[in-house]
Amino acid sequence: MQTHQHDEQQAHAPAHHVASLAMYFGVFIALMVLTMATVAVSRIDLGALNTPLALVIAIVKAVLVILFFMHVIQSSRLTWVVVVSAFAWLAVMFLLTFADYLTRGWPV
Amino acid sequence: MTTLETDAHEEHHHPFLQHHFEDLQQQHEASTLGMWVFVAQEILFFGGLFLAYAVYRAMFPEAWSAGAEHQDWMIGAANTAVLIGSSLTMALAVWAAQMNRRMLTVWMLVATLVLGSVFVGVKGFEYYEHVHHGLFPGTHFTYVHEADPALTPGVQLFMTFYFAMTGLHALHMVVGAGLLIWFIWRAWRGHFGPEYYGPVEIMGLYWHFVDIVWIFLFPLLYLIH
Repeated sequence: MQTHQHDEQQAHAPAHHVASLAMYFGVFIALMVLTMATVAVSRIDLGALNTPLALVIAIVKAVLVILFFMHVIQSSRLTWVVVVSAFAWLAVMFLLTFADYLTRGWPV
Repeated sequence: MTTLETDAHEEHHHPFLQHHFEDLQQQHEASTLGMWVFVAQEILFFGGLFLAYAVYRAMFPEAWSAGAEHQDWMIGAANTAVLIGSSLTMALAVWAAQMNRRMLTVWMLVATLVLGSVFVGVKGFEYYEHVHHGLFPGTHFTYVHEADPALTPGVQLFMTFYFAMTGLHALHMVVGAGLLIWFIWRAWRGHFGPEYYGPVEIMGLYWHFVDIVWIFLFPLLYLIH
């Protein structure tokens, strides 16, 4: 009976989502390469494109960290809802604020 | 085998399973989700500062470029590498706990603490340099932009955002360092293992979030033309 209870306890242990070491080091190398890329790109004058390009690289780095270091790729759907909604509300905040500032009749 | 594991086998109840949860799986899911709700709040908390930065940068683009000239991009890039390295060691600490490797968990957390401390130390050196050059906003702001003195107030505004954003970020790093010291002690005591690594995972969520904030701060404060 005790053995049976013990088995049950084991069965209820957290499911093992153990990621491989190669994945962690691969993501680390990708983040370092992207850091060098963002510095390299900033040394070239691309006019109005410099900032959007820097932001795109930063977003790619953030997505890598969120999916792999923060394990969202193997998380429950409920976790995905929370993560996506956080950025959705952030987008709402930016869009509505700039919808105001960029459409005023006088220079901002 | 640690004493904690022995207790667990005798009582058929993990010592860190809280009574209001059915089992460790449910406890792990709930705590991870709860931490993500906190991180979502943090995203919007920092988001307000990023939004204000964006609005004022749209208003004063020349002043932002002039202000960014005072940031040393090489120090910023090196510190970015240090922080990404600390995220790797933090992720490896979670892995080590899942693999039941107690001392590796301890050492990976120690490495995270050391790298985080290096980051904050370098930030402190940068602050010292800015203050020395009269770039700290307020009554100590003695800097004048030589090429176009009219840009000086805008540069002060940029430096206000610089200190507010990197300061709030550094505050999060210091809080994280304090948490790491507590976690190193817990890991050393053998609290974590394949059945119970949730707290290390949650510590990681916080640490990686702070890393992500810096991933955006670095190009926005150091790499503007």
